[in-house]
Amino acid sequence: MSKSLRLYAVSGLATAFMLTVAYNLADKSIVEVPENPRVMSNAPDSAYAIAMAAADTVFMDRQSMLGLGREALRQEIDAWDLDVSPDGTGLPAGSGSVADGEVLFSDKCATCHGEFAEGVDNWPELAGGEGSLADEDPLKTVGSYWPYLSTAWDYVHRSMPFGAAQTLGVDETYAITAYILYSNDLVEEDFTLSNGNFLDVAMPNADGFIVDDREISEAHFWNSDPCMKNCKESVEITMRAVVLDVTPEEDENESEAHGENAISSPGAETASVDVANPGDSAAAPLDGKLIEAGEKVFKKCKACHQVGEGAANRVGPHLNGVMGRVMAGIDGFKYSGALKEMGAAGMTWNEETLAAFMSDPKGYVKGTRMSFNGLRKDSDIVALTEYLRSFSQWDAAIIQ
Amino acid sequence: MNAGSKDKNATRRAFLKGAVAAGATVTGTAALTSAKAGPDPLISEVQEWASGLGDGVDATPYGLPVRFEGDVIRRNVEWLTADTISSINFTPIHALDGTITPQGCAFERHHSGAIELKKQDYRLMINGLVDRPLVFSYADLERFPRENHVYFCECAANTGMEWAGAQLNGVQFTHGMIHNMEYSGVPLKTLLNEAGLGEAGNLADKWIYVEGADASSNGRSIPMEKALDDVLVAFKANGEALRKEHGYPVRLVVPGWEGNLWVKWLRRVEVANGPVESREETSKYTDTLEDGVSRKWTWVMDAKSVVTSPSPQSPILHGPGPLVINGLAWSGRGSITGVDVSIDGGMNWRPARLAREGESKALSRFYLDVNWDGTEMLLQSRARDDTGYVQPTKRQLREARGENSIYHNNCIQTWWVRSNGEAENVEVS
Repeated sequence: MSKSLRLYAVSGLATAFMLTVAYNLADKSIVEVPENPRVMSNAPDSAYAIAMAAADTVFMDRQSMLGLGREALRQEIDAWDLDVSPDGTGLPAGSGSVADGEVLFSDKCATCHGEFAEGVDNWPELAGGEGSLADEDPLKTVGSYWPYLSTAWDYVHRSMPFGAAQTLGVDETYAITAYILYSNDLVEEDFTLSNGNFLDVAMPNADGFIVDDREISEAHFWNSDPCMKNCKESVEITMRAVVLDVTPEEDENESEAHGENAISSPGAETASVDVANPGDSAAAPLDGKLIEAGEKVFKKCKACHQVGEGAANRVGPHLNGVMGRVMAGIDGFKYSGALKEMGAAGMTWNEETLAAFMSDPKGYVKGTRMSFNGLRKDSDIVALTEYLRSFSQWDAAIIQ
Repeated sequence: MNAGSKDKNATRRAFLKGAVAAGATVTGTAALTSAKAGPDPLISEVQEWASGLGDGVDATPYGLPVRFEGDVIRRNVEWLTADTISSINFTPIHALDGTITPQGCAFERHHSGAIELKKQDYRLMINGLVDRPLVFSYADLERFPRENHVYFCECAANTGMEWAGAQLNGVQFTHGMIHNMEYSGVPLKTLLNEAGLGEAGNLADKWIYVEGADASSNGRSIPMEKALDDVLVAFKANGEALRKEHGYPVRLVVPGWEGNLWVKWLRRVEVANGPVESREETSKYTDTLEDGVSRKWTWVMDAKSVVTSPSPQSPILHGPGPLVINGLAWSGRGSITGVDVSIDGGMNWRPARLAREGESKALSRFYLDVNWDGTEMLLQSRARDDTGYVQPTKRQLREARGENSIYHNNCIQTWWVRSNGEAENVEVS
């Protein structure tokens, strides 16, 4: 029996559909599905009219084209179809030098990946590790592991920097890719990467991959008669997980606290704590409700900024104790020149300056590295300020 | 980052020890006290809930689990990744039963965070070697003929922290990068046919490239053969809209294959001559063998099983006597045909009972009902699938692949269950 249901459809119509399908499958050309032919109109009595209305609803063959969606415009395809393949398909014309790449990398990538692409904290190392793949602890980087340069170019272009993807231009992407190659000792410092020489760059681990061969190399895992009795003489414990002790601990009161209590923010908990520096704007009493609202607003920030216990500099500086802090005041964080100048002039973060910055980051600090476009609602800014203020007692000194 | 609260709480281990010692009233699974102690006041006295009134309807217009189940939640392992924005958490499989994973506790894996994308803002583009490059709205997708299927989604890195040794002490952490849902959606094949594959010519050597709308794009290449087989463009899971963290409003479902291919917030499908060799299929999700050569395109998830209870997070609290050993089994190649359980570290095995006949590329629940004598057990499970594959031991897997594969660790897991009911993740000879 045919899978397709064409109940009520007159046989001629059904045939038309089948022909359409057949034509599509045979020639793969565009065929307009014909208009449903009206079988009968102006039916004399109402019961008959209802029956005929149903006859116009055709139960479709699941394989037929439905004519849904619309044509994708060239500009739309160009906007989204950005992927670049190993053979250079999709690679736009352009170029960038190692020297330019070094500046860009320091500016946009080094916070996570390190000045020399060596990686910060748990963030990926992009350089080094050559010849380490068979070691006990291999180091997989663009230089030591990645088989294709197109992958690096494509990923930088579309998904980096973290928190500000798709902000790099084509030439900038060439330059950053060139610098990553340079930091892996794969090109000289005067090298310029372009679409012209892109395919000439040899990647050291290009031949280091084989296609999945499990069904052959692990054929012995297919076993119609697995052992059920006396499969080994004795059994001993050779390793225990508790020795390592790296399992996350669970809170005893998670079970009870899962309801609304669990939502209380770290800031709210500190609401009653005396603040370290009286006289500082942080010393005013805190508003728990506002802090909660601010915590929600902070979701927009936390891709790049951390607060609270263990907060560290990420793409952006940590924000513990930011209220009252001199602008660009964390040693070792790479601020924009503009913010450093403001800090050098003695400006600090307070309710006023933070509000100005939050409402228009690029307008307030011209040249800021922060890619965030700002908060539109004043109420969000007030809440965020209160939330950040609640972390004032965190001593920046204990945090790296 | 939940500052200041840790010191107030006992550790999980202390909690479990206390629970075991106290006969476990904490988890609500206490054995009844002997009738000799007199009538149980929970029976002999009128309780408040039997006299007063409960909540009215609409107390929670969208219901959440009762607060007593508040520990059945996803958890992450902070030291694994630099930041939760690009990280993973784990399904609490130690506390679940059956096979369907509730969306609210199904593991999450993001590369650039879980984005919020309205249906009205949703667009799906099909381009490349097609007759008519098309753009669909969300509403368009709902007008195509739909299908329902239950499939597991397992991250290729599930159990990946255990390659070099027993490391994480809980099945949630060793095996929790998995969920199993019923998906409603449109076969990708239907959408590809709508765009027309004539332009692609011979389909045997063609690929599709799929990407998401988030900053990572998480682009992956999939052979056309799979794309036209059982890949689904899904918009509902377990009857309701996908959760944001699982790709709302639309994700790709790639049955039996590693979770990284299940692109969330699916925005584009390109028909291409070859694989793109994106970051996620070269620098990641490739499996380095002992000699430093790496396997790529290891998409299919090998057959695997694990005992979910008893396990380190789910100790035996009732002492000797009737005990339900239960667990999960699955295979990316087809259906589970059987699971064997060993209580002596793999010396002897007996077949467990499958709660239902195995379903293709979906979780199976198995049970083994035993009368536990209270002695120590080295508890293992071993899955078999309908291709004849038998889940290997850790040693067999290391012999084949070394210890640096990261991905696709489907070895047999061992729990050392002590006579007091506590369990620990161990390796055995």
